[in-house]
Amino acid sequence: MTERPFGITLEVGSSLANKTGSWRVERPVYVDRLPPCNDACPAGENIQGWLYQAEEGAYEAAWRTLVADNPLPAIMGRVCYRPCETACNRAKLDEAVGINAVERFLGDEAMAAGWELPAPATHPDSRRVLVVGAGPAGLSAAYHLRRLGHHPTLLDASPHPGGMMRYGIPRYRLPREILDFEVDRLLALGIDLECNHRVDDLAATMAEGGFDAAVLAVGAQVGRRAYIPAGDSAKVLDAVSLLHSMEGEEPPRLGRRVIVYGGGDTAMDAARTAKRLGATEALVVYRRTPERMPAHPSEVEEAVEEGVQMRWLSTISALEEGKLVVEHMELDDTGFPQPTGAFEEVPADALVLALGQDCDLSLLSTLPDVTVAEGVVGVGDDLMTGHPGLFATGDAVSDERTVTTAIGHGKLAARAADAWLGGRRWQHPPRHRLADFEHLNPWYYADAPKTLRPRLELARRISTFDEVEGGLDEAHALFEARRCLSCGNCFECDNCFGVCPDNAVLKLGPGRRYRFDYDFCKGCGICVNECPCGAIVMEPEVG
Amino acid sequence: MSPAEPVKFYQVGSFAAGNRLVPAELRTVQADAARTNSLTSGHRACQGCGEALGARYVLDAAMRATDGKLIAVNATGCLEVFTTPYPETSWRIPWMHSLFGNAPAVATGVAAALEARGRSEVRVVAQAGDGGTVDIGFGALSGMFERDDDVLFVCYDNQAYMNTGVQRSGATPPAARTATTEALGPEPGNPFGQGKNMPALAMAHGLGYVATATVAELHDLEAKVVRAMELRGARYLHVFVPCPLGWASEPADTIRIARLAKESGLFPVFEAERGEVTRVSPIRHRVPVEDYLGLQGRYRHLFGADGSVARPDIVGRIQALADANIARYGLLEP
Repeated sequence: MTERPFGITLEVGSSLANKTGSWRVERPVYVDRLPPCNDACPAGENIQGWLYQAEEGAYEAAWRTLVADNPLPAIMGRVCYRPCETACNRAKLDEAVGINAVERFLGDEAMAAGWELPAPATHPDSRRVLVVGAGPAGLSAAYHLRRLGHHPTLLDASPHPGGMMRYGIPRYRLPREILDFEVDRLLALGIDLECNHRVDDLAATMAEGGFDAAVLAVGAQVGRRAYIPAGDSAKVLDAVSLLHSMEGEEPPRLGRRVIVYGGGDTAMDAARTAKRLGATEALVVYRRTPERMPAHPSEVEEAVEEGVQMRWLSTISALEEGKLVVEHMELDDTGFPQPTGAFEEVPADALVLALGQDCDLSLLSTLPDVTVAEGVVGVGDDLMTGHPGLFATGDAVSDERTVTTAIGHGKLAARAADAWLGGRRWQHPPRHRLADFEHLNPWYYADAPKTLRPRLELARRISTFDEVEGGLDEAHALFEARRCLSCGNCFECDNCFGVCPDNAVLKLGPGRRYRFDYDFCKGCGICVNECPCGAIVMEPEVG
Repeated sequence: MSPAEPVKFYQVGSFAAGNRLVPAELRTVQADAARTNSLTSGHRACQGCGEALGARYVLDAAMRATDGKLIAVNATGCLEVFTTPYPETSWRIPWMHSLFGNAPAVATGVAAALEARGRSEVRVVAQAGDGGTVDIGFGALSGMFERDDDVLFVCYDNQAYMNTGVQRSGATPPAARTATTEALGPEPGNPFGQGKNMPALAMAHGLGYVATATVAELHDLEAKVVRAMELRGARYLHVFVPCPLGWASEPADTIRIARLAKESGLFPVFEAERGEVTRVSPIRHRVPVEDYLGLQGRYRHLFGADGSVARPDIVGRIQALADANIARYGLLEP
């Protein structure tokens, strides 16, 4: 207190002497939450992270963030089924962010600009790792092993690398020059690849090559067959073989009326390929209803646009010269299709079976400690099989047989193999809490509907194998990136700094975010309510 | 869509205080780490005080607009009391307080003194709560308006005498519970059909500039301060500032409530010159008035225990007031 006598005017003091932080019973704390896109991405991409960089036009930095998880963005920007966009919180405002379109833009920019993948690390204890199969899982595993400083060797039974990206996905969805470019760029990091090298006995190949660990990435390359009585002249083939043969010299001859049996993405690919090969009619026969079709809706929609016809609740009971016998089905109480005894004949020149695919796992027969149940290799959460040092990925371990899942598996297997080689066990890193829509304050986001990607004219789609879906130009890609809500991650909008009635938020400068001044923060919580992206929470004050 | 159009889109547009994607000059004063902080930390306003927020917004913007040449005159009220417990002050700008009712007259005197000394580049802002503006200071304010003295008068409207214990003022809205309009009887709370529409009264004086704003739309509020400081003569700015204490609302909801007041149409946000409305801020996402009322304990008697409307008659009359504002100011027009 003052030493002055009573009644003397005091010097002017500042209210800064009054530490109002002592009023507080709860304190605001900055957090990072897991954006739903990142949560949903099977490849484990930091989508919000690279969109944040793309929003500023920092495309190369964005691409570098992207390839830290996925070395094939131009491919992914074309073939991914976009679980990120399904999860995107923006869909609750207007439409999901066109994440996949921005990814493709970044991938294409990288190709045009010649950006190099990050140089491999130098590992103090670098090992040799065998990777069987140069599809997306194998390529991803080899990439991540190489980045960690190991020396992977890829062996593949086919003449060219890419696996199902080459021998399963038609050119109109993935042009081969894109595939070749990204695969070559990856291999140039110092990854050995031997094509036309089929591994029949994994144990023997590992021993012969002196490999310290192995990643199994064989893919599901064997088309399932169904017994259908067929005359001698009837043309029956499986979709995997059809799509595979598209990479050969001679396109297969199917005839004018092609029936595809099955309801998955491969069935759609086969039907759309048949159309492009000159079939006047391409009919998909599926035994259940459209809602139960496993094919992704975008594939079905594009197929229908191109004139592919669908026949639901039908099975094929026989194939004869020039015609097919179809039996009508109906769903029982459990939703399973049951035969009705009503038959119909449908004219047909060829039948393509798209009834699912299996992995050829005969190479594991000399490894008794590896378990295989119903075509799926048994693995732990680190993807290691019962055989120490052997990791299995992609189609061999997952029902979700997509390129994206395979790339995610490849990364996980590489990190787990690295841990195992170092005598450790790989563990899932801790995950942030999910950034639900309820955490956001959507008021702050400007209204902006999604940018549609250009599509090839229909006439050219069904007569050529040109790529159907186009990319976005720079302005549109930037717009699309800026539609990101940055869910759960501060994007430095200054709102907390602006709305604090007690000036208790300190702004630390670009890239450094903010800090609370707990000397003066009264704990009102306005910053929490008014944070657009939900990056602040209130926590009870202790003590 | 033209190729040039997408680049105009900047994620949060102009809704948040700042935006790293736009040039610094397009961000608000409040986004600037070097803002004046005219009202600094350590003040004794309640948690989540809308008036503390509004005063800093207005004065920081006025400081930038006048290049730091500003004197503020304050009426008695919360804003005066919570900032200046003797001998401390939260003000980092020249600031004067005299009496409850005479702030307009004191400001007139300050402006006249500056002019007499040839210092008219120094600008004067007078500020008061709604009590000091529409009731106790109204005579002096009307005189200041009528003489067109060179003062920007800012009213921080929290709709009652909060400092003395939440007594009704001439700005208290219908049905609101205050200490003097209790939630009793068939028509609980403040009666309908009374009170003063101060922006309209200011417009009726033919002022060069009258504007309303809320603490929920910072860009809008700051633009109005800048516009006011471009002009000379008497000007009036009416800022809507929720009061968690008097309104019995959550401190964290202060800005949300201000936003809903505007989005429901209950508080029209507009600008007027010489008695004519020149621009309105349209409603962006219209909400029914119960969204606004339901967050405030002063309207709790209109709702049941489960939060549903218990007095549809009264809520309906309040909705009619909002609808009338929407029609009168064209708040739904693009």
